[in-house]
Amino acid sequence: MWSILANPHRFMAFSKIAIPIAFALGLILFGYFLWQGLFVVPTDEVQGGDIFRGMFIHVPSAWMCMGLYVGLAGSSFVWFIWRHELADVAARAIAPIGAGYTALCLATGAVWGKPTWGTWWLWDDARIMSVLVLFFLFIGYMALRAALETRQKAARAGAILAMVGVINVPVIRFSVDIWSSIHQGPSVIRADGPAMSWVYLQPLLLIFLGQLLIISALILILMRAEIYNQQADAALARRLSKA
Amino acid sequence: MTGAPILSAFNQAVSEAWASGAGLLLPLGFFAGTAVLVPFSVGSESELLARIGPGILWLALALASFVTLERIFQADLQDGALDLWVQEDASISLIAAAKTLGHWLISGLPLVLLTPLLALTLQVPPEKTLPAMLAYGLGGLTFFMWGGVAAALAASVARAGLLIALIALPFYLPTVIFGTLALEEGLGGASILFLGASTLFALGVAPAAMGAALRLAAD
Repeated sequence: MWSILANPHRFMAFSKIAIPIAFALGLILFGYFLWQGLFVVPTDEVQGGDIFRGMFIHVPSAWMCMGLYVGLAGSSFVWFIWRHELADVAARAIAPIGAGYTALCLATGAVWGKPTWGTWWLWDDARIMSVLVLFFLFIGYMALRAALETRQKAARAGAILAMVGVINVPVIRFSVDIWSSIHQGPSVIRADGPAMSWVYLQPLLLIFLGQLLIISALILILMRAEIYNQQADAALARRLSKA
Repeated sequence: MTGAPILSAFNQAVSEAWASGAGLLLPLGFFAGTAVLVPFSVGSESELLARIGPGILWLALALASFVTLERIFQADLQDGALDLWVQEDASISLIAAAKTLGHWLISGLPLVLLTPLLALTLQVPPEKTLPAMLAYGLGGLTFFMWGGVAAALAASVARAGLLIALIALPFYLPTVIFGTLALEEGLGGASILFLGASTLFALGVAPAAMGAALRLAAD
């Protein structure tokens, strides 16, 4: 299915329609259910009162930063094997958004941690550490791409780094089970079904879906910008060669 | 497929160290210098040093690997050795692994042999010395393998030192975590096994990544 979009012309036609739809739908879902989550759903006293509402930002951003890294590694893999140019354009667009979401996840985690655990930060918690590692992976990826002189070299080196770094994602996923410290265990994705009540789970999932749509639109916008950039470079090169 | 280029890459890594005139002394001096700086910067109380001593040595080991790895593949790119390696029958991954191992033998292993002495000055209890050396040995090898990947990726970048450190940092962290836990638990605990597993993982995965990165640099 995706290979249909590997053609840049078809991609441009598709993204032109998809961006406004995804963006509008995402904003509606995200806005409505964030309001539900922050103001409407009943307070969960077991989880420390109103502070639990931070979950509606923190948890989706944690899923998102891992998902974005998997997306980065996946498109790097596709580019490395099949050399679909769009896969590299996607990887390049995902990296800054992923770094931003990882930072958001760490920041909201710290804000949530202060009143409930009594500390902003804890160095011996495996979950915090592995998200921090994820942050450095995104930063290192962008720094490596920026340092290499040609687009082709940057794409290849970045793809190798992103694929090697993917080992960190399962480490984050299982770090809560293996080295349990202060971070709570999984309460949504687990073998015996979600432990969270549906009242909270429904807005949480829909906020995540809304953010996913918004992010998809952002990535598509960045990809379009990059394609325009490449087309401009090519046009410039043509004009210079004629002159 | 022949083993000759693999062997020569190994020999080259070993002899390059002597060719500069300093041999083993340069990495050793850097390692000891970094470790010795710490008592001056944080204070020299014995209890404090005993607690942070093993960690200081991990840090010094990681820094030493960054500093020595910067030019490991860059020089080969500039003098054309890399182009010849790519044309060899032997796998470039194995050549890169051999070069990194040779480099570790010169710049990494001696540091481990020096750790008992430094540990003594940093007030680390003597009974911890042997398990510590094992952990530093495994950890150092892992550092050099991942650092080698970063160095290979940045081979065509001028003044790549900081970039190598930034790229390699996420890959160093698990090793440092397991290594520190292993020093606390001793040889009976699970952490030394995790540390060994991470070393084996690096030995298995890093050469392939180095090979791919070097083929890119040679293009």
